[in-house]
Amino acid sequence: MAKLPKPEELLQINYNPPPTEDWMDRPVELKQGNFCWGAKGKNLAAVEFPNARDWTPVEADWKLPKDWEGTVLEAMADRLSKYRSFKVFMDICVRCGACADKCHFFIGGGDPKNMPVLRAELMRSVYRKYFTTAGKYLGKLAGARELDLNVLKEWWYYFYQCTECRRCSVFCPYGIDTAEITLMAREFTNLLGLNTDWISGPVANCYMKGNHLGLEPHAIMNSIEGMIDDIETITGIRINPSFNRKGAEILFVTPSGDLFADPGTFTAMGYMMLFHELGIDYTWSTYASEGGNFGFFTSNEMAKRLNAKIYAEAKRLGVKYIIGGECGHMWRVLNQYMDTWNGPADFMEVPKSPITGTVFDNAASTKMIHVTEFTADLIKNNKIKLDPSRNDDLVITYHDSCNTARGMGLLEEPRYIINSVCNKFHEMPDNTIRERTFCCGSGTGLNASENMEIRMRGGYPRANAVKFVRDKHGVNMLANICAIDRATLSASMDYWVPGVRVTGVHELVANALIMTGEKERETNLRGEPLPGKGGNE
Amino acid sequence: MKTVLPFIAVVILVLLPLFGVTVAHQTQIFFGVVVPYTAVAVFVFGFIYRILQWGKSPVPFCIPTTCGQQKSLPWIKQDKLENPVTTMQVVGRMLLEVLVFRSLFRNMKTEMKEGKAVYGSEKLLWLAGLAFHWSFLFIFVRHYRFFVQDVPTAIQLMEGMDSFFQIGAPLFYMTDAVILGAVTFLLVRRVYLPQIRYISLAADFFPLFLILAIAISGILMRYFFKTHIVAVKQLAIGLVSLNPTIPEGIGAIFYVHLFLICVLLMYFPFSKLMHMGGVFLSPTRNMANDSRIVRYINPWNYPVHVHTYEEYEDDFREKMKKAGLPVEKE
Ligand code: HEM
Ligand code: SF4
Ligand code: SF4
Repeated sequence: MAKLPKPEELLQINYNPPPTEDWMDRPVELKQGNFCWGAKGKNLAAVEFPNARDWTPVEADWKLPKDWEGTVLEAMADRLSKYRSFKVFMDICVRCGACADKCHFFIGGGDPKNMPVLRAELMRSVYRKYFTTAGKYLGKLAGARELDLNVLKEWWYYFYQCTECRRCSVFCPYGIDTAEITLMAREFTNLLGLNTDWISGPVANCYMKGNHLGLEPHAIMNSIEGMIDDIETITGIRINPSFNRKGAEILFVTPSGDLFADPGTFTAMGYMMLFHELGIDYTWSTYASEGGNFGFFTSNEMAKRLNAKIYAEAKRLGVKYIIGGECGHMWRVLNQYMDTWNGPADFMEVPKSPITGTVFDNAASTKMIHVTEFTADLIKNNKIKLDPSRNDDLVITYHDSCNTARGMGLLEEPRYIINSVCNKFHEMPDNTIRERTFCCGSGTGLNASENMEIRMRGGYPRANAVKFVRDKHGVNMLANICAIDRATLSASMDYWVPGVRVTGVHELVANALIMTGEKERETNLRGEPLPGKGGNE
Repeated sequence: MKTVLPFIAVVILVLLPLFGVTVAHQTQIFFGVVVPYTAVAVFVFGFIYRILQWGKSPVPFCIPTTCGQQKSLPWIKQDKLENPVTTMQVVGRMLLEVLVFRSLFRNMKTEMKEGKAVYGSEKLLWLAGLAFHWSFLFIFVRHYRFFVQDVPTAIQLMEGMDSFFQIGAPLFYMTDAVILGAVTFLLVRRVYLPQIRYISLAADFFPLFLILAIAISGILMRYFFKTHIVAVKQLAIGLVSLNPTIPEGIGAIFYVHLFLICVLLMYFPFSKLMHMGGVFLSPTRNMANDSRIVRYINPWNYPVHVHTYEEYEDDFREKMKKAGLPVEKE
């Protein structure tokens, strides 16, 4: 594996591309540390993907199927006829450059082909050659080029360096969303078996076992059992969640990352403590045990196949509605795709909080609400007792996930909760939050370890803003509502802003939550002494 | 190459009518009648064709890019224009985009300063873009006066505003200066800003040179080589009343101006200039973020192969039973 350079070395960035070069003349170079390992054949076969075989990106021979060019062009014609977004975005870019320096990979790396407009041109140039008259006859002069192996490798390299964060789309005067183009590029590459190991493994797991991590039913229960023990140690309260229980009022679905590793597990403990304190009638499912959807990073069809489990399980268990945990891309999918793919969810009822009676009309059709919507409503109605001073050792800032910000608009709910459960909160600069938030740098299945350089580059703009509030306000905790963030921001904080840790919002809630019958708490969920208790003051 | 070729192309497009009408008088009919009719036809049918082509592809998912607070709990203020849920709110959002380039207004410039990335204000592109488009629109509408005998009051009012400063004879139009300045700025930035230069194609320079040439020829005609206005008006009215005539005494410069406009019209439907139509069809902007409230339908949604609960239980039944999980089949 390539050695990760030091932060100062990574920051030797020049935003100005060579003045006389034509980007089409620069052949693609697969730089170690900037791409993921190739998919394993068995994982592609598990979900019936074409050209299932082991492959290695650095080898010259990608073991492509015969007439792969034809396959891609045929798929391109098909998607152009199915997605107006794709078709319009192929045609109307004026190359004004407003999006150019908005992508975190460009800001942290300076590679001109990471300018969103140029990333899109990698695809447009081929579109022009085969689907426009000018491109067909004028060729390069019209910005057109043939699809060949070099182009395919370039696509693969750069479209697996886009995290579909949609930041470029916010700044484009026509809303051109490079993520839409990346989605298509990933469809095409998947037709040729060109997936990455880090995406195809979780996809196969999720398909067969219900979650990305491949946790089997008893493993899920074991993991939660372990958390319950910890909760008992901390609060003296033994909670008793249920699994696959028919007739429960609510199905709870969260990304499996929350069940697996710190700090996500603390967030999962947070959900369970809150639900226990409220005494609500909910169940986990081991079948629909994944809120996230790595299928979304391969193809529309695969995403739908994985997502289908959530409604199917809700129907089988006969729940009234679904609460979804803290995750980013999961919520883009739930908000903008799930009902269209797998609805209508007419076997459920419009979500209604059993505690406050609030009816969530904003989920009238999907019947699925975000846990921060649920909790914000509780706090607003004074339904839980909180002691924010238990979080007083934390100076917090909040990172908006790309997808909840730009694919949903869930901005105030988590902020309201954080401000209710913590005393010290500071926003990062305006240019870097809310709809302008920066990606963690590792979304869309880029959170592997062999591509650490590009992850750290992509994570730089976010880390840079965190550093600003760390230096100014002493921020030491980065809150977020995304399982991928919890894993990946930890790495980029360690690299760029050591000393800042990462937390889910419901971990903060549970720390502040005064539970009925709890013992005097000595530690927070991480087992560290609470402020004013023990030796840290 | 990508700069020089479009420039040469525009120069040739200027020379064609210039030589045409001076050397061979008869070509006036070609440049004054045949080309304009063809151009308008190509523009109208081409434009409609492109819109229909786009429209043929459905919008399978509800994918607005949300740029503000969603509608959720009643006490949280929804950002109605940046995250619309009703049709009226979407219309509001679109009006902001089309009339004042809302998204472009967000623009910032990223720079590395003292070893870190900083984001500075960058409104020049927005300003130049607005100046260019609005002056273009103003000038376009103003031309209406050539096509009617009695100039409507609205147009006279516009002209009054435009020549507010009452300088020169004929009165100087502000929009003429604005469009020249704005297009020049857009051109210069394409050549000088390294990022923009890197992404530019010949197809980005060509319309700018063309529009600049149109503006310059128009200005030359109005302020310097005065053309015979009455004759031009005769020709224009002849064209729109489908009774074309070629009056005497129209200078060659007029044919240059007219021909360039015709080229622009014919080029329009097959180029990036179609952003004019496309901006209205962009799903990230023209959709309401209401996909949790009402089910959005994908016309080509098709059944897919899934791993059912029954299959899952078959795979794990013994483990599930051992862990105390309920099962459907014993
Ligand atoms: C609904 C109508 C239109 C809207 C909303 C619109 C919007 C925009 C925006 C936001 C830009 C990017 C910023 C800039 O470079 O100015 C742009 C660029 C451009 N527009 Fe338009 N436009 C419209 C109609 C037209 C028309 C009718 C023309 C000309 C015939 C035109 C010609 C151009 C050109 C040449 C550029 C590229 C400027 C450059 O190269 O930097 N637009 N348009
Ligand atoms: S901002 Fe939009 S129109 Fe401008 S270059 Fe980027 S994608 Fe193209
Ligand atoms: S979607 Fe995000 S990662 Fe992809 S090009 Fe746009 S800004 Fe970059």
